[in-house]
Amino acid sequence: MATKKATRDAYGEALVELGKVNPDIVVLDADLSQSTKTVGFARAFPERFVQIGIAEQDLIGTAAGLAAAGKIPFASSFAVFATGRAYDQIRNSVAYGRLNVKIAATHAGVTVGEDGGSHQMLEDISLMRALPGMTVIVPADGVEAKAAVKAATEYEGPVYLRLGRGGWPVIFEEDHRFEIGKAALLKDGDAATIIACGVMVSQALEATKLLEAEGIDVRLLDMATIKPLDVDACLKAAEETGAIVTAEEHNIIGGLGSAVAEVLVEKCPVPMERVGVKDTFGQSGTPDELLEHYGLTAKDIVAAVKRVMARKA
Amino acid sequence: MTTTNKELVEGLRVQAQHVREAILRMVYAANSGHCGGSLSAADIVTALYFHIMRIDPQHPSWEDRDRFILSKGHACPVLYSALALRGYFPQEELGTLRAMDSRLQGHPDMRKTPGLDATTGSLGQGLSLGVGMALGAKLGGKAYRVYVLMGDGETNEGQIWEAAACAVKYRLDNLVAIVDKNGLQNDGPTDAIMPMGSLAEKWRAFGWDVVEIDGHDMAQIVGALDEAKERSHGKPTAIIAKTVKGKGVSYMENVVEWHSGAPTDMELDIALAEIWKGR
Repeated sequence: MATKKATRDAYGEALVELGKVNPDIVVLDADLSQSTKTVGFARAFPERFVQIGIAEQDLIGTAAGLAAAGKIPFASSFAVFATGRAYDQIRNSVAYGRLNVKIAATHAGVTVGEDGGSHQMLEDISLMRALPGMTVIVPADGVEAKAAVKAATEYEGPVYLRLGRGGWPVIFEEDHRFEIGKAALLKDGDAATIIACGVMVSQALEATKLLEAEGIDVRLLDMATIKPLDVDACLKAAEETGAIVTAEEHNIIGGLGSAVAEVLVEKCPVPMERVGVKDTFGQSGTPDELLEHYGLTAKDIVAAVKRVMARKA
Repeated sequence: MTTTNKELVEGLRVQAQHVREAILRMVYAANSGHCGGSLSAADIVTALYFHIMRIDPQHPSWEDRDRFILSKGHACPVLYSALALRGYFPQEELGTLRAMDSRLQGHPDMRKTPGLDATTGSLGQGLSLGVGMALGAKLGGKAYRVYVLMGDGETNEGQIWEAAACAVKYRLDNLVAIVDKNGLQNDGPTDAIMPMGSLAEKWRAFGWDVVEIDGHDMAQIVGALDEAKERSHGKPTAIIAKTVKGKGVSYMENVVEWHSGAPTDMELDIALAEIWKGR
């Protein structure tokens, strides 16, 4: 578990690999290709790389036009700009027309770090998830990110891929099978279930070990696809473990926690706690300091598990 | 740049009046919709669909077809009229405009209406779509051309200018942007709402080939569009078409309130009589 890799790096590598076998892949960027890691594709396939400049609305619109022309466009920028600046373009030019555009946004969440609150996107899952027909994927590590890029390429329809800036622990083996809409069981247990996505999966994994040391055996699900949500896995976890904790590097409003709560409240209401950013903007700091400050660490998840277990009937 | 084919021009003029009649009848039937901006674009859209574009109404998804994007999506009555009269769907269906479960939505939905190449309605987005399609044609070695029609009020939107720069960078000579310059937008005259200065100079400054025409003179419209087809020297073409909002119906012409709204029984009779009088 010592190896670390940023999901954005995995994205960049996946694009180059897929670009070799699929001539329809076109990559667009808005003057951030060094950071989003589309630069590798740009060097390998310059004729299929579209540098739009600092113009995110045009980035998404042009990608929509390319999709309408039969291409498979990947449009990249930072999550805050890709989804916030161009929300209406994603809504009306992409999602409403059900065009085959892949929006791969990097630098999501507080782990952006020193750049501060303006750049730490905490509402993107909420925004993208509310769009009819949009698939939303938040990979947990580099292996899963790579697999998700491949799955997004093979899937016909709009996809939002949420990627991170920092190096996160590699969790999965290279042969990890990722399927859109299916949660991955990382650890079984019956005391409660932690459902996590993105960087919080590695925090949750750490939490399961801390809990195990105290004799508490919890289940851990990596919910990489937020939409369509793996409803069966959520219900099974609620029925079999009786308590749920969600963990996400996102505002607690509208993200993974909300998606899981929506399912449970209607079909299997059990005690639930949400670990996430408590409806506030971010700030400058190191990623670790910020995870600590906003209550997004393994020990915060441990505390939430104990709270939720205490509420079990 | 004016075509001299008199027979062609006369035929298109008559066709444009049929399009106008269909616009008025459709908005009347729906009891809502946008007459003004549909009528101002009627001659341009007629020229495109009945002469300029390589299309096949029997095969709306034909890969090599020319594409048309109505960026000013609220003017969809003009496009629905042209599509129906061209045979993409039955003309009787025009009476279902804006109705529940109709294939003719209040703004264009490419997943519902046969022949629509783009979903539009939120202003300012069509040119980027056009750039993507034109780029797609170049990447795929396809010869089709892409036409984007926008309003002059719509050029308030910054995204238009993002796309204008991009089209020049990628040398999209298979792309034609047409500005329906009717001088009015929802809240009033374009010069009062947000003065944009000379649109021709703006497009030229971005690096486009610019042609200024009378958007109701069929010979000029056909000439400018034909000329744009001939060009293949790496530059996109912008056609600035001076038009009259509500063109063809005296009480609608240059009247800002006719941006949207349906005619009454009596108003419809007057409008149709005026159109066929060829005033």
